[in-house]
Amino acid sequence: MPSKPRTIIEKVWDNHIVAEREGAPSLLFIDLHLVHEVTSPQAFSGLRQRGVKVRRPDLTFCTVDHSTPTTPRSLPIVDPIAATQVAQLEKNAQEFGIPYFGFQNRDQGIVHVIGPENGLTQPGMTVVCGDSHTATHGAFGALAFGIGTSEVEMVLAAQTLLQKKSKSYEVRVEGTLKPGVTAKDIILALCAKIGIGGGTGCVFEYTGSAIRALSMEERMTVCNMSIEAGARAGLVAPDEKTFEYLKGRRFAPKGEKWDEAVAKWKELVTDEGATYDHSITIDADSLEPMITFGTNPGMGMAISANVPDPANVTDSLERESLRKALVYMGLEAGQPIAGQKIDVVFVGSCTNSRMSDLRAAAGVLKGRKVSPSVRTMIVPGSQEIKRQAEAEGLDQIFKDAGAEWREAGCSMCIAMNGDQLTPGQYSVSTSNRNFEGRQGKGGRTFLASPQTAAASAIMGVVTDVRTLA
Amino acid sequence: MKFESTVTQIQADNIDTDQIIPARFLKTISKDGLGDQLFFDWRYNADGSPKADFILNTEKAKASKVLFAGDNFGCGSSREHAPWALTQYGFQAVVSTSFADIFKQNSLKNRLLPLVVSKEVHQQLREALEANPDLQVSVDVEPQTFTWPGGPAVTFTIDAFAKHCLLAGVDEIGYVLQHEADIAAYEAKRFSTLNTLVG
Repeated sequence: MPSKPRTIIEKVWDNHIVAEREGAPSLLFIDLHLVHEVTSPQAFSGLRQRGVKVRRPDLTFCTVDHSTPTTPRSLPIVDPIAATQVAQLEKNAQEFGIPYFGFQNRDQGIVHVIGPENGLTQPGMTVVCGDSHTATHGAFGALAFGIGTSEVEMVLAAQTLLQKKSKSYEVRVEGTLKPGVTAKDIILALCAKIGIGGGTGCVFEYTGSAIRALSMEERMTVCNMSIEAGARAGLVAPDEKTFEYLKGRRFAPKGEKWDEAVAKWKELVTDEGATYDHSITIDADSLEPMITFGTNPGMGMAISANVPDPANVTDSLERESLRKALVYMGLEAGQPIAGQKIDVVFVGSCTNSRMSDLRAAAGVLKGRKVSPSVRTMIVPGSQEIKRQAEAEGLDQIFKDAGAEWREAGCSMCIAMNGDQLTPGQYSVSTSNRNFEGRQGKGGRTFLASPQTAAASAIMGVVTDVRTLA
Repeated sequence: MKFESTVTQIQADNIDTDQIIPARFLKTISKDGLGDQLFFDWRYNADGSPKADFILNTEKAKASKVLFAGDNFGCGSSREHAPWALTQYGFQAVVSTSFADIFKQNSLKNRLLPLVVSKEVHQQLREALEANPDLQVSVDVEPQTFTWPGGPAVTFTIDAFAKHCLLAGVDEIGYVLQHEADIAAYEAKRFSTLNTLVG
């Protein structure tokens, strides 16, 4: 009897069920648990109180990224609270026997960058981390989602999670992106279209010709921001690009095991006739470079558009939200966003800090100078990316343009490490969140692609890269 | 889990976890002191003094157990510091028309009830509070009721397992650790042919 057609989301879910008991959520096995310094200390304390070990240190991986400075690694961590937190993770990793890429390790980097980079992230896995951008790993056809510290403790203790099955949501992107339009613009367009809560309770599967055409790094950018549209996870079914990316990476299967793995991974597609709980189609041909104007990632629009007018919003709470956002952002309803003066450009974060992002920014900056009124920070996602960019001479392009070339970390995406906006400053940022104060108290963020960020750095104002002379 | 309380309103949609507790307070390695940092950037002046007109700085709010907010409360990051800060301040329930997934899970694990009401009930409660800012509401998890004098008889939904854990004070990690045989059997089946990640 033929089995019921399933989505890839259901297949990965079904493969990981450890137990199902009446009256309780499913117990789901976790293949890869990534751990960083910010959301784990209280979980390790909990293990000590229970007298419990880490069940599978071999499926657990630690690094530091959030509170670490991006100044030269030869300098100590100046902030004593951050230094304590970093030291605590090192201590925890040692005590519980977990592999650890520490602050001084040559492979340190943003957790969602180094997972794929080292081949830790593989198709069909369940991947969790105490971080909402864990969805990044979905680019490989993994079911990857963020968890809180109590759940971190649960996974450390039992390598399983109590989970209720999410609904499935197909995000189909068909067509061809125009020049100057990027993966970042696809996901910002989705956020603008369905809103910051549009995917709540769901896992996205990104499908369609425009998604297939994306590189693995671009797919990571798309999946990364699934949470900004409310979905805890978002994934892309693996294909030849996925296998090509993974082959030969440090923790990827080798030899016969590689062939076995690829054969299994090829089964990870949504079956013909499988259905989703929700679906949406986005026309790639009609997309423009996107930028946010407000205080959540759903408040985005084409860079050529004008700031919306709250007077045109019918729902009273929504109208008030928009009005409040424009007050915070210091923007007038109806003004063009292009031409808005900026103070800082940040190229980095788990969304856009990979080689292709740096090459894109360098492509725009090459032979040009950033505006003297703009501080431009380029922060690679990992030390490996930093080395690779330097080998290609990208660092020199950035420095010649007047930009700062820094060490790897989350940096100004979350502003925990001293890299931050001052009150009132405007940034164009390739990161993922434009919430009030996200990049520093009182700071004002425009989210955009690396190309838009680089073009804006040159002009000193929000700039459509396609208009650059 | 049953209590009566006045209602503290922060009426905005999409209140994100960066507002609930700004990231710079996440460098701590303990759970202590987060209640004072709840809504820090909305609550304090640049010099650190409390803003007199912000609701959380009032004595009434400090004695309140119910926070009443707009749609999609708790969106953004996975930081459990958000429910830690809310419960340390004194809240036992947040009432909204919807909650972000991770925040909802984190709340339930900290005995903070994410209480979902319909748009109509949300509006009715706002009107009732406009008429009487000292309105007392009653929350009772066992019959799943949320009521106030003169208000509708509201029954809220809550996942049966989450309800059981709240009422019985279940330690979920302890519960999961009882599945040792299931986990070991799964591992034996699954990892007989696959590499482990490291080593």
